[in-house]
This record gives sequence, structure tokens and C-alpha cells, in this order.
Amino acid sequence: MDRPIRVLVGKPGLDGHDRGAKVIARALRDAGMEVIYTGLRQTPEQIVEAAIQEDVDCIAMSILSGAHNHLFPRVMELLKEEKIDDILVIGGGVVPDDDIQPLKDAGIAEIFTPGTPTTTFINYIKENIIR
Amino acid sequence: MDLAKKLLKGDKRTLARLITLIENDDPHAIEVLKAIYNHTGKAHVIGITGPPGAGKSTLTDKLAKELNKRGKKIAIIAVDPTSPFTGGAILGDRVRMADLTNNPDVFIRSMGSRGTLGGLAKNTLGVIKAFDAYGMDYIFVETVGVGQSEVDIVKAVDTTILVMVPGLGDDIQAIKAGIMEIGDIFVVNKADLEGAHRTMMELETMLDFRQDEGWKPPVLEAIGRDNIGIGQICDNIEKHMDFLVKSDKLGYARRENVKKEIIEIAKGSMEVHIFNNNNKDNQLEILAERVANKEQDPYTASDEILKSFINRGIKND
Amino acid sequence: MFDKGKLNQLQSQKDTWEEGKLKKVLEKRPERKKEFTTGSNKEVGRLYTPLDVADLDYERDLGFPGEYPYTRGVQPTMYRGRLWTMRQYAGFSTAEESNERYKYLLEQGTTGLSVAFDLPTQIGYDSDYPISEGEVGKVGVAIDSLEDMEILFKDIPLDKVSTSMTINAPAAVLLAMYIAVAEKQGVSADKLKGTIQNDILKEYIARGTYIFPVQPSMRLITNIFEYCHKEVPKWNTISISGYHIREAGSTAAQEIAFTLADGIAYVQAAIDAGLDVDDFAPRLSFFFNSHNDLLEEVAKFRAARRLWARIMKERFGAKKEKSLMLRFHTQTGGSTLTAQQPENNVVRVAIQTLAAVLGGTQSLHTNSRDEALALPSEDSVRIALRTQQIVAYESGVTETIDPLAGSYYVESLTNKLEEDALEYINKIDSLGGAPKAIEKGYIQKEIQDSAYTYQKQIENEERIVVGMNKFMIEEPKPTGLLKVDPAVGKLQKEKLAKLKETRDNQLVNKNLEELSKAAEGEANLMPYIKEAVKAYATLGEICDVLREVFGEYQQNIIL
Repeated sequence: MDRPIRVLVGKPGLDGHDRGAKVIARALRDAGMEVIYTGLRQTPEQIVEAAIQEDVDCIAMSILSGAHNHLFPRVMELLKEEKIDDILVIGGGVVPDDDIQPLKDAGIAEIFTPGTPTTTFINYIKENIIR
Repeated sequence: MDLAKKLLKGDKRTLARLITLIENDDPHAIEVLKAIYNHTGKAHVIGITGPPGAGKSTLTDKLAKELNKRGKKIAIIAVDPTSPFTGGAILGDRVRMADLTNNPDVFIRSMGSRGTLGGLAKNTLGVIKAFDAYGMDYIFVETVGVGQSEVDIVKAVDTTILVMVPGLGDDIQAIKAGIMEIGDIFVVNKADLEGAHRTMMELETMLDFRQDEGWKPPVLEAIGRDNIGIGQICDNIEKHMDFLVKSDKLGYARRENVKKEIIEIAKGSMEVHIFNNNNKDNQLEILAERVANKEQDPYTASDEILKSFINRGIKND
Repeated sequence: MFDKGKLNQLQSQKDTWEEGKLKKVLEKRPERKKEFTTGSNKEVGRLYTPLDVADLDYERDLGFPGEYPYTRGVQPTMYRGRLWTMRQYAGFSTAEESNERYKYLLEQGTTGLSVAFDLPTQIGYDSDYPISEGEVGKVGVAIDSLEDMEILFKDIPLDKVSTSMTINAPAAVLLAMYIAVAEKQGVSADKLKGTIQNDILKEYIARGTYIFPVQPSMRLITNIFEYCHKEVPKWNTISISGYHIREAGSTAAQEIAFTLADGIAYVQAAIDAGLDVDDFAPRLSFFFNSHNDLLEEVAKFRAARRLWARIMKERFGAKKEKSLMLRFHTQTGGSTLTAQQPENNVVRVAIQTLAAVLGGTQSLHTNSRDEALALPSEDSVRIALRTQQIVAYESGVTETIDPLAGSYYVESLTNKLEEDALEYINKIDSLGGAPKAIEKGYIQKEIQDSAYTYQKQIENEERIVVGMNKFMIEEPKPTGLLKVDPAVGKLQKEKLAKLKETRDNQLVNKNLEELSKAAEGEANLMPYIKEAVKAYATLGEICDVLREVFGEYQQNIIL
């Protein structure tokens, strides 16, 4: 592919721990991607709207507060309302195992838990973007 | 329905996708831009530039909010540097504009400079057209005021706002050398910092040397973070447009800009036609070999390439 | 500390050793790695001798426990007198459930409470705000009004326990609630013991639960200093925190430097507000992280203590002994825990506990083994507490003071960390102090660079994390994880609705209006906040009034 992959890295919810999100943002940049970083405390509405305006290939979200069961599916819902089905949506953070399948059922393509190497993440995006 | 029609109908996702095509030098983009060209020319295009850390994004955020309050639709193009090593970029300007995201009258697009010489300016002009045809009243282009391609963009807009901060010291000299002469409005941001007054004075003095006809660039104070001085900047943006229209400078400047744009586009496509297309029959390689072996000089070789291009004519493939 | 002639002799002996015995061995069998580094990427030498601490002056640099510069500890007897406070950070779901957990912990031998609040509470939103959706009761307990606070401390005598509250931006409001609860129990404010975190600068840097811009936030903090000096004299008014800075990826030296730079900013702000340094400085406390590099961490705690004492004495001219003492709470490093083979975390926490104790901490929270997976379960919390108790009662390290002092390596590292930290502090001073350096994104950028370096080292296996990038196994899914009942949000909303029907709304409005007026002026806001709290104005209502007057902080990100 000769165009850079565009990824929106977002932190939905109120959680302020952005070490992971920032490390991911840098790693994606170093892998040649264009990373739109949205900062803290984004609502699902803001994340989806930014993804539309930025025409990204992927939305990558990180939550460490335990609010993933509410926020991740909400993003999927909003994407559906906008009839968007060509954006890869992935999540990361402290997500208990039992929660992963329901999140995937809601449309989150993959959940990355703590300790995942950034290379795994990068390769996953490269291999799975839809457009 | 094709992209052009959808765009003119105000389809947001089409706009977003078209910008991607323009950025990627996709041939489809040219087709759409040709089709919508007639619908452009209504927007007021504003360049915002200045050194890193001058608070450009925060200021742009506040200007957009104020102009939106005045009933206008606003586009923001935020350009950040692409890493020359990896081609990647972190585009973080949205952080400072987060609460504009869900405003239906505002559309923010982050762009990586992508390092192609002159390409940034060309693509940005394309994106501006897309926003213009989409129906935006104001289009802000925010760039770091360093590098030739950024200067090229700034030169292509209707109104240029140069954002400075107190305490830059020698940097002000460097900026002066670059784009001082093209700023239409000067803003000293973070005016609560020490040295604001001095920076204002320095700017005023420098501007005294400028030979402008009819428009004396104002030097304004602002504190973007606290929304102070924003209304005044907006008033001056409007005033500058009035001046451009009344003095017929707008028509003149836009004609001049278009001239430059045509040259740039022509240069760009010649490059593509001459080198990319030529390379298919390896002409460049063959010539290079000969020049390297001193069998031919580079000047004659270049003439030869041009000649074969002229004989062949433009073939789109 | 050493005789010059002896040192010269030693140097030549060392040279002989290096050229002779050592060289031969190295030729036959090179060392495991080209470079050896600490957990913070600081170069580590092969061997430390008196030559590495030749400049050390015992009196000037170490001194005696309880005496300047406090390198060896802040109390003359340290753990021989009294063990550290074992304080487990806990709190989740509703006030009712957290109250149960506190009582359990007190029964198990915890000696101080530590309250975790949920994110909406930490950012000054009520549970019924749309933005709170999904977050209520998740990372801590939800407190919307005095009513919740009354339930949280039901049957816990506030004159008997010390309570630490991890609350920053709305610290004034939660403190006011705590005082109000105590008064209802018949305990006067001057008997209350505890700590509020109240450290907004590190929220901007690393933790993210800020509300207001820098200036009004600093005002709220100095308001608290002043109020507590008069009304709640035993209260620790701030816990200047390096913990989260380290969690965000900083090195040990950065942890000291950025924490103390924040401390300098608070002291300066209070002095600028007209307070006498010796009136508030004795109530400042600190909060550090404890990571796996045992000796580096011990050196870090010692260096921080010495550097702070010097800053307070030389820079601010503090006179009271207590103003010079860096007293600190420690939490073991959450970011060092792995989701893989979580049992291994028990061992990590034990090492980190040892580091904190050998470093002379005043109180300690040990993390639970399952924290990289979910909120800690009761079993995990107990093991974490037992870890502290084993170190306290079985390891023997508590029986003498600062037992690692005099180690050539530890003293040399203590010096080096102090130097590095000081260099950062000077740089921050040149940028105009911590608040300016934060607004410019400088501190954040330095931390991110360290975090990224660390991540890359793990990925190319320059750094080994057992069970994560080496010695991995196929693992069954973890079981027995704690889950917060999602009904908490609904419950809190119902409580709020009922409260708003039953309270004196006229009084609430009047008190809020008065707070608003006071905020626009220069007055100390604590009394106004307390009146609003007592009328059962909600946390969100109070913070909204202040948001209206002060505005909100906009983060600056430089990646």
C-alpha cells in the first residue's frame, strides 16, 4: 500500500491513564502510519465524529477504568447509526477475559490486554484494515 | 451518484473521503475537483502560522467558535509534520479543539505534511477547494511557520494570521525573514506572559518598513486559552476581506495565486509524465548510464528527454 | 569519609585487579551483557568501592536519623519505634459496599484507611451526569453528596483512624464532607488525621483527573493549606505524588525531580499567597512508587529525602525541623505487574515492599496480584497485606535503621540520583517552574520518551519481564475476578433524585450563590464549600459553580 494508514487513537471515558495510548500512538507513527490523537475524556460521539472527519482506517481505543462494557459498544452503535462498516475498531486496556467475547459480539474486532507488544498491534492493523 | 454531486449536496462522509483521495494523489480526486471547481471561490481562506508552541491550535479553536457564533460554517485544516524517516505522523491538533468535534457547522481535518516537495501546498489547495464547494464560509489552514511548503500554503490564502508569543528572542528574526512580509494580521498570543509588550513593539517597528497599499496589518493581543482578544481578531478577519473586495485586491491576488497554482500543477504533472512514464522504456536509465560514462553531458540528455516528451504528448495511463 | 592516602592505595590495587585477575576471566568468559543498567536505564558499574563515594561526607550527606538532611530517615528510631502504616487503597461501587470493605480491612490489621473514588467523583461530576455513564463506582466509590460520605464512614470512629483520600481537583469538597461527617459523629476537626492527595500538577502531568486551569487550582490548594493550618492541624494537606509520574513511564530520577519540582511550586504558591513556610510545610507529605530494582529504589527514597531537606532549608529558608522532612507514602508499582502468570506478581510486590521499607517509608500500600486483570479481589488484597506483614515481622530489615547505608553502591547511586534530579529541577526552573513546564508539555514529553524507550526495550528483549517476554506458558483463563455490579449507577441516580426532593433546595441555592461570589473574589473558599456541603449540595453542583467561574483546564500534548 502506498498511502499511509490513518488511525484514530482515542481515550473514551474519564480515565486519565494515557501511557498506553501514547506509546501506541508513537509506535504506529514509527510504523509509518498517520495517527490522529484525540486526547483524554472523549465521548463515544466525539470519537465517531472525529473518525468520520479524519476518514480513518482504524479506531483504536484504550480504557483502563473498567468502563469498556459501556463505552466500546456505544462507539459501535454510533458507527452503525452512521452506516459505517469500513472502519476497523480495536480496543485495549484492563479488560477481563469474560468481557472480551461480548465486546467482539458488539463489533469490536479485537481486544488487546496489558503486555501485548506494539508489533502485534501494528501487524494486526496492517492485516485487518478493511479498505 | 458520483462524489462531486454528493459533495455539493453536503454529504459529510463524501467530503472526508474526497480529502483522502486528494491527499493520496488519487486520479479520481482530480476528476472530482474539475467537476466542483465552478462551485468554489466563496469561502474566505485564512492561513494561521507561527512558531511551534505559539498556541495556534488553541487560537484557531477559539476563532472557529467565535465565527460560528456569528453564524458561519468553518473548516479547519491542521497540518503537522510527517516523519521523514518512517512516513508516519502524529496529528495532535484535535486535542485542543475537542469540543468543536460535535459542532455540525465545523469540520476539522488533520493532515501530515508527507514530505513531498511542493506536494503539500498542491494537496492543501485541493482540500481547500473541497471545503469551499462543500459550502464552508471560512477555511482555516494551520501550519507551523517553517519550511518552504508551509510558506507556499500561507501565500495561497486570502488572509494570513501570523501568531507570535512573547519571549521568542532571536526566533522572531527568523520568522521575520520568512513570512513577516506576508502576514495580514499579527497576533501576540499568550499576552499575559512577560515581554508581551516588547514583542508587540518589535512587530510594530518591523511593520513600519512594509510598503502595503491601503492595508496596515494590525498587531493584536490575545490570550487564546482564556478566550481573550478573539472577537477583535475576528473583526479584523472580516475587515481584511472587506478591504480585499473593495480594493479589488481579492481578484488580483486570487488571479496571481491561480497562476502559481497552474504552474505548480503543470510542473507536477510534467514530472509525472516525463519521468514516471518515460521510465517505462528506460530512457532515463539509458541516458544516465551515458552521462555517467561521459559519453554525453547532462544538459543534452535533459533536452533529449524533453524532446521525446513533447513528441509523445500527454498520455494519461 | 576516607583517608586520601588509603584511597590512592586502593586505586592502584583496583587497577592491579582489573589488569590481572579480572582481565583474565573476562577474556575467557565475557560478561552476560555489554552494558548493565538499573531499572531506569542508569549505567551500573561492575564493582563499587570507597573510590566511588570518596567525596561522601557523613555529617553533611547522611547525618543521623531524625536529623538534617534526613538521608537515613525522618524519625530517630524508625521502625524500631513504630512500624510503617499499612494502608490499603480500597473503595468501589457504592458507599455501603466500600464501608463493608473498610471494616473488613480494619479487622484484618490495616492501620489506616485509604479511599479510592470513582472517576466521576474525581472529576467533580455527579453519578447522574451523562458523561458519568459507565464509570460510576468502577475504580472507586461514588460520592455525590454528604449523604454518601456519611454512609462511607458509618460506624468508623474518625478520631481513631487516619484516612487517606485519593482526591485532587475537588479535594476541598471531599475534605469539607469528611469534616462534616466527623462533626456529626461528635469529633471536632482538630482531632482528624489523614491525607488528601490534593496534587493537581501531577494530574496535568500524568493522571488526568484535572478540572480547573492551573491558577485557580493552585488557589484552591493554598486555601486548603491555610484552612487546615487553623482548623485541621493534624491533617496532611497534600500528598505530592511521584507515584503516577512513575506509572506513566518516568525513570527513578525523573520521579524524584518532577515530584519535588511540583512540591517547589506548591511551596512557592503558598508563600506568594502570604503564608509562612513553617506554618504549612510540616503538613506536606509525599507519595512515591516502588519498582523492582531494589537498590535503585532504596537510593531513590534516600536521595529524595536529602534533596527535599536541602531545598526547604536553602531555597525557602524553612526553620522548623518538620518543614524539612520528606515524609512519604509508598505504593508498589502497578505498571510492573503482569497480566500473564499473575501469581508472579506476589513476588514482585514483595521485592518492592522491601525496597520501600529499606528506603524508610512512612506508610505503604501493596498492590494485589490481579491488578493487571481487574479490580483486586478480597483474597488478593489479603495476600498483599500479608506481604507487608511478613516483611515487617519476619524479614529482620526493620530491626535497625537504614541498613543499606554505607553500601558503596547504594551511596553512590543515592548521590547520582540526587544529581540527576537536581539537574532536571534546574531545567524546570529555567522554564519558569513546574506549572509553566507542564503547560509547555516539557515534563510530559520527558516522561513519554522514557516510557517509549522502556516499551521498545521490552519488545526487543533488552529487558526481561518474567512470564511476559520470557518464560511464558500456556495459561488457563483467570478466575475469581471482582466485578462491579453495573446497577451501581442506577442506585446512585435514585439516591440523588431522592436527595434533591428532600433537602432544603433554597438553602442549597443560597449557599452555592455565595460560593460563586466568593470564587470571583479572593476569599478562602473552604468555609463556603463547607456550608454548601452541609446543605447537601452535590459534588457536581459545587464543582459546576467553580467551573463556571474558573473555566476548565485544556490539556497540552506533545508526542
